[in-house]
Amino acid sequence: MDKHSALLWMENVSKSFPGVQALENVNLYVNSGEVLGLIGQNGAGKSTLMKILSGVYTIDSGELYFGGQPLRIHNPHHAQEIGISIIYQELNLMPNLSVMENIFVGREPGPPFFVSRRRLEQQTRAILDRMHMRLRPTALVRSLSVAEQQMVEIAKAISRDVRVLIMDEPTSALSETEVETLFEIIGELKRSGVAVIFISHRLEEVLYICDRVTVLRDGKNAGDVLVKDATRDDLIRMMVGRSLEQFFHRDAHLEAVAAGGADVILEVQEIVRIGTPVNPAAVVLDHVSFNLRRGEILGLAGLVGAGRTELVRTIFGADRRSGGRILVDGRPVDIRSPVDAIRLGIGLVPEDRKAQGLILGLAVRVNMTLAHLDQLSRADFVQLGAERRLVEEYIQRFEIRTPSMEQRVVNLSGGNQQKVVIAKWLMLNPKILIMDEPTRGIDVGAKSEIYELMHRLATQGISIIMISSEFPELIAMCDRIVCLAEGRVTGEVARAEASLETLMHYCTLRQQIVITEGTVSL
Amino acid sequence: MTTQSTARAAAPTRKVNWSDYASQFGALGVLIVICVVFAIIEPAFVSSVNLFNVLRQVSIYGLLALGMTFVILTGGIDLSIGSLLALAGLVAAAVYKGGTGLLSAGTAGQAQGFGLWAAIGAAIAVGVIGGLLQGLGVSRLKVPPFIVTLGGLTAFRGGALLFSGGQPISTFTDEYKFWGQGMVGPVPVPVIIFLSFAVVAFIVLRYTRFGRRVYAVGGNPEAARLSGLNVKNITLSVYVITGFFAGLSGFLLSSRLNSAEQVAGVGYELTVIAGVVIGGTSLFGGEGGIFGTVVGILLIGVLSNGLTLMNVSPYYQQILVGLIIVFAVYLDQLIKRRR
Repeated sequence: MDKHSALLWMENVSKSFPGVQALENVNLYVNSGEVLGLIGQNGAGKSTLMKILSGVYTIDSGELYFGGQPLRIHNPHHAQEIGISIIYQELNLMPNLSVMENIFVGREPGPPFFVSRRRLEQQTRAILDRMHMRLRPTALVRSLSVAEQQMVEIAKAISRDVRVLIMDEPTSALSETEVETLFEIIGELKRSGVAVIFISHRLEEVLYICDRVTVLRDGKNAGDVLVKDATRDDLIRMMVGRSLEQFFHRDAHLEAVAAGGADVILEVQEIVRIGTPVNPAAVVLDHVSFNLRRGEILGLAGLVGAGRTELVRTIFGADRRSGGRILVDGRPVDIRSPVDAIRLGIGLVPEDRKAQGLILGLAVRVNMTLAHLDQLSRADFVQLGAERRLVEEYIQRFEIRTPSMEQRVVNLSGGNQQKVVIAKWLMLNPKILIMDEPTRGIDVGAKSEIYELMHRLATQGISIIMISSEFPELIAMCDRIVCLAEGRVTGEVARAEASLETLMHYCTLRQQIVITEGTVSL
Repeated sequence: MTTQSTARAAAPTRKVNWSDYASQFGALGVLIVICVVFAIIEPAFVSSVNLFNVLRQVSIYGLLALGMTFVILTGGIDLSIGSLLALAGLVAAAVYKGGTGLLSAGTAGQAQGFGLWAAIGAAIAVGVIGGLLQGLGVSRLKVPPFIVTLGGLTAFRGGALLFSGGQPISTFTDEYKFWGQGMVGPVPVPVIIFLSFAVVAFIVLRYTRFGRRVYAVGGNPEAARLSGLNVKNITLSVYVITGFFAGLSGFLLSSRLNSAEQVAGVGYELTVIAGVVIGGTSLFGGEGGIFGTVVGILLIGVLSNGLTLMNVSPYYQQILVGLIIVFAVYLDQLIKRRR
């Protein structure tokens, strides 16, 4: 295979963002009528690669060939014109328009300024019939299920004479029968010579539907295998690699925690949460149970969409739960809002610092004491002297680098912003601190400061739940790791047994694998 | 100081941001410039009589603007204040006279009703209840504030017309008129009321827990909620505050005009919002304050007074105020983009 015979050929593609080398000399190709699986951990570079192909990003260096000819993709519109379409996880449809209007939006048939509904319907029906999609052209998109909306997206791509169709986690929101239908459609696409790039965390599906798999790791190629020669374990090995980065390692663990004898401080039993804004029937959390001991750092591992953030937000009362019990210190508690959680001594350092953790336009001082105002006020007046002393103390203790406590937090670096969020909770002397991606987007130096801080807190007896997409970080920091996949607990790994392979194994595990050979004709 | 030593040891970050203050003091600068210009062109402008006159003219707008500042700081808006003011004024007058508009016609100058304090209390109660209803609509039913208070704008005006039967309630005793027309020394009473409440509102926003929370909710409601703030109740309370000021202003306006009218306060909401925005409070919430609001309202008052003294047609004045609103916000955005 070379650049002149492949339909799409990418060679030595590199792309960097400030502070991050997202892709480094990546090669990828796909042929007509081929289904290529693209897999990798969170942050491996899959999204960046796809955004390059769909014209959202331009490459720093490297070469692209399309149909044997060198190619430059100028913008998303240009990508579609030449026949590269992408279907994102978040579908891009207009809910109040019909199926046919969505498929032909901007290209409606008819005389200038008018739309011929008859021709629109005919052309739509032709595409739907060809793909064996059972959809009514005049149905409103908002009345369709997620699977049906996805079909509309596929039909839209076909109407534009798509030659390379990229699907980003297309099965994550589908039921099993819907997955089978989708696979039949992919089979149709394959037969009509379309190249499909299938991005998924579900390795079983990748092994089932794809002809070949390209694996990315840390922005580099980590393998390219024909599916007939590969096993699930091979793919996992390629995804995680062999090297464990040198992280801050906790050496001194609380003996009680290590021995598993410390008091259980938090018990989560059979938590269920149903419904997302897009899909009210989706099962987000499916009977999740775990417990947390005093002074323990418990990791929550999982890939995108596993339900980690949803789980901790539910525990914290930020989102409603549909079922299950939470016990703090052995007593059942009813947490209906963050106020309840805070009263019980639980703090949450949220996933998105800027959108959920901080009020960017306000001063460091104001942000830090926001949850602590009750204790700092007398007759509703904030005791400014006491407040300043307290904030000063925390700025010193956590070495927060800011010209003054009156600085707006928006002007601080990511690491210092994160310390402000952590300080906000520590002022309340929490028993349990939940940290969702505490080191995301902050530089190496600040990262190790945060690791040390977490370690210190755990030694003082504070229990920490840590979510991270970086497995090495979890392995280095946690006493125990609970693995989630698709809203279910799929495994629990003790510190001694934690390895990249075991974590990846559990995080890609589906509870039931129902796709049986022969049910889908390819 | 220890703060400074931390800063010195630290990686280079920015020093004091003067632009942080620009949005608050920018309007003050413009106000001073305009005052100087008027003083040069028209010396009568700077007489103490005229200056108190300006203050009296803006005091009702000013009171309404204090409440509006709270609402806008949470990222909301209240369009209903003018209508609520009219309803509250009519209720105050009716309570004072002991009957609704139709019944009380012709009982000029005689206090046979429930007394002055009952009248003031009734006006404020009407305002607070109106604000409470709208606050519930915004915080509990999750209807956007623009829509809820647009409904209030229409409904309260309808309530005022219904209550008064289309007739104004006029001519009060001196005791009633004192609050809108009286003087304490050289200072008009409404000015004293306005400035007193401005000080209170300033202190509340700046030094209390509640004020802190208003800014937090406006700056980032999700972060505020995750920090354990009761975002719903804070949102509710700011509409009660605008209602309170609308009620009080309703009484004061009826006193000043010696008549409670169902058409009182029409269009006030727009002047008030203009004043708050010119004063540097962001319509997106979380930024601004009472100081800016007072300056913004004064700016509108001074402009209209000065231009009137110079015999400029009120039509031009409206055009000018319109331009200043847009220019002030443009300036504000320019500063923020730099920051």
